Amino acid sequence: MKFTTLFLTCLRGLVRNPMRAALTVLGIVIGIAAVVAIMEIGEGSKQQIADKFSNLGADVVNIFGASVSTGGVNSGMGGRASLYPSDAEAIMQECPSTVVSASPFVRASGQVIVGNTNWSPNSIKGGNEHYLDIEGWEVERGSAFTKKQVDEAARVCLIGKTIADKLYPGQEPIGQDIRIKDVAFTVIGVLAAKGADGMGNDQDDCLILPWTSIRMRLMGASGSATISKGGAANNTNKASSTSTYSTTGVNFYPGCDLEPYSSAPHPLRTRTVDSILVKIRSKESATPAMDEMTPVLRRQHKLEPGVLDDFEMRDRSQFIKMVTGTSETMSRLLIAVAMISLVVGGVGIMNIMMVSVTERTREIGLRMAVGARPRDIMQQFLLEAVLLCLAGGIIGIIAGRIASELVSRHNGWPVATSPMAMVLAVSVAAVIGIIFGWYPAFKASRLDPIDALHHE
Amino acid sequence: MIELRNITKVYHLGEIDLPVLKGISLSIEDGEFVSLTGASGSGKSTLMNILGCLDHPSGGEYLLDGRDVAGLNADERARLRNARIGFVFQNFNLLPRTSAIENVMMPAYYRHPVQKTAQIRERALQLIRLVGLEERMHHTPAQLSGGQQQRVAIARSLINSPGILLADEPTGNLDSTTSVEVMNMFRDLNRQQGITVIIVTHDPKTAAFTDRAINMSDGLIMEGVSDELNATLRK
Repeated sequence: MKFTTLFLTCLRGLVRNPMRAALTVLGIVIGIAAVVAIMEIGEGSKQQIADKFSNLGADVVNIFGASVSTGGVNSGMGGRASLYPSDAEAIMQECPSTVVSASPFVRASGQVIVGNTNWSPNSIKGGNEHYLDIEGWEVERGSAFTKKQVDEAARVCLIGKTIADKLYPGQEPIGQDIRIKDVAFTVIGVLAAKGADGMGNDQDDCLILPWTSIRMRLMGASGSATISKGGAANNTNKASSTSTYSTTGVNFYPGCDLEPYSSAPHPLRTRTVDSILVKIRSKESATPAMDEMTPVLRRQHKLEPGVLDDFEMRDRSQFIKMVTGTSETMSRLLIAVAMISLVVGGVGIMNIMMVSVTERTREIGLRMAVGARPRDIMQQFLLEAVLLCLAGGIIGIIAGRIASELVSRHNGWPVATSPMAMVLAVSVAAVIGIIFGWYPAFKASRLDPIDALHHE
Repeated sequence: MIELRNITKVYHLGEIDLPVLKGISLSIEDGEFVSLTGASGSGKSTLMNILGCLDHPSGGEYLLDGRDVAGLNADERARLRNARIGFVFQNFNLLPRTSAIENVMMPAYYRHPVQKTAQIRERALQLIRLVGLEERMHHTPAQLSGGQQQRVAIARSLINSPGILLADEPTGNLDSTTSVEVMNMFRDLNRQQGITVIIVTHDPKTAAFTDRAINMSDGLIMEGVSDELNATLRK
């Protein structure tokens, strides 16, 4: 039998009983509509989350010092002060294929004073001239600090939107003085607002300085910080606000020394940095970039083969994945539920197809008598089931799109059309048609033409 | 040319074997117009199913045009029925909610090798004209009278130009006037196109239209009764 003839025969068979066909596919329509709507809403919220997080820097790898155990107490990640500013330079020079730029990163905390107001910012961060680009900051007014200013540990700073609003209400902060932990800095730029991060912290409540300025001027070149506390590394900064700033010559790159990381307090903190931020070429190249950077850092740190890394790398996209993963898990769960309704719909198809086979026994007998082979009958009923399901799938896609549009209008949820959902829906519908149409079709094809002809 | 040699058919009902045909030997030449008569339970329906290749015999040989068809499998029998045999049934067996012309075309769709739809439609139109239903070719069976439905069924049986027409009680559901019309149609087909026509009936009036009667009783051909009937037919 020609396919077009078969197709028309099946179509005619279905159209002969339109009400039944409509009711039969209803289950599939509802199931597919649910899957499509859920996938579109899920996709929408995923994109929304991804948008929110993209300004967090998805293409950034963080390098921390490894953990260190001190008297049985493990510091956790970053406890070992093993990263040097020169590591950032080495990474930039030696991994050009995967790394765009790298910046040392240090943190400080303390009170910030302007005139008669003071404020405790969420964070005081330091990096080099690439830092703003790595973290995705834009300078709204003024200018960023230069490499020269970094080298000189210049007393300049960039302030976030929140700081600008709180400390300079109604004024232009650029060019104004600001005292950070009693050290006078000049505001050279205001950062464009970023809003809250994924955890709800205000990212704009921050100051960004050349990292050298934090190390040399806010914490003292002589280095009063220690790592002997065994706690999180950043805490050391808070404890080290003894001196103001160093006027003597600053040795910015003291190089690596092989002092054992013993439990004894030692002044490594000022020569090392808290972490190194590396901007990679794309989100996807995180793993190759990490593979490329590891030997560079090992060489920098003069680690013998067999010695464990004294640093750890973390890919930020993992964090973003984790957060988007939550919503993805949720929508997967809902899709699983919707899939159940598809199976129920499939059983409905099977049920009606069985009835249809019984009802059309005489027709089957006649077709067989005039020369239809069992496989012709099988094809006819299987194709009918598949056509039913495909029609249900297409109607379901339309209904699902309408439903998700309504949801987005009504609840203001973001919705993104998902071609993947449509392809999936149609193929699932076809597969359901084949699975649940197979048995009735098989039964039809096994009928005995003589019995079938005389069926009442 | 149909040749049956000692055909038997036994139905197995659980433990009991029920012989329905007990050794039928019979030959029907091409172009004969034959009736197969007998009381119900005589085995004529079973014989007709075997003649129509709908069923296979338990024993014996069935030569259709010199070819043994007793051992064919379901697919091969389907092909054979499609190409060689046209069926007309007592209850017409037309597809519901399907136009007359579509009903006529249906068996040709199963033709091997596949034919062009336009070609099939052309032939179906000719046959619809032949049975005089040109005006009603787009009517569904529900919109046709019994006699018209049976004419559609006859047109359908001819779509693949079969050599043999098998009609199972073709007048059973028709009144006497339309019965005569339908039987005349069979006779014309036999006379004009040389098609072998086999009519299964219990009605002597219907059998009287044919040239040769084969009477069955209890699974066997009753030569004596058949001869008597044939004698009346010749008159």
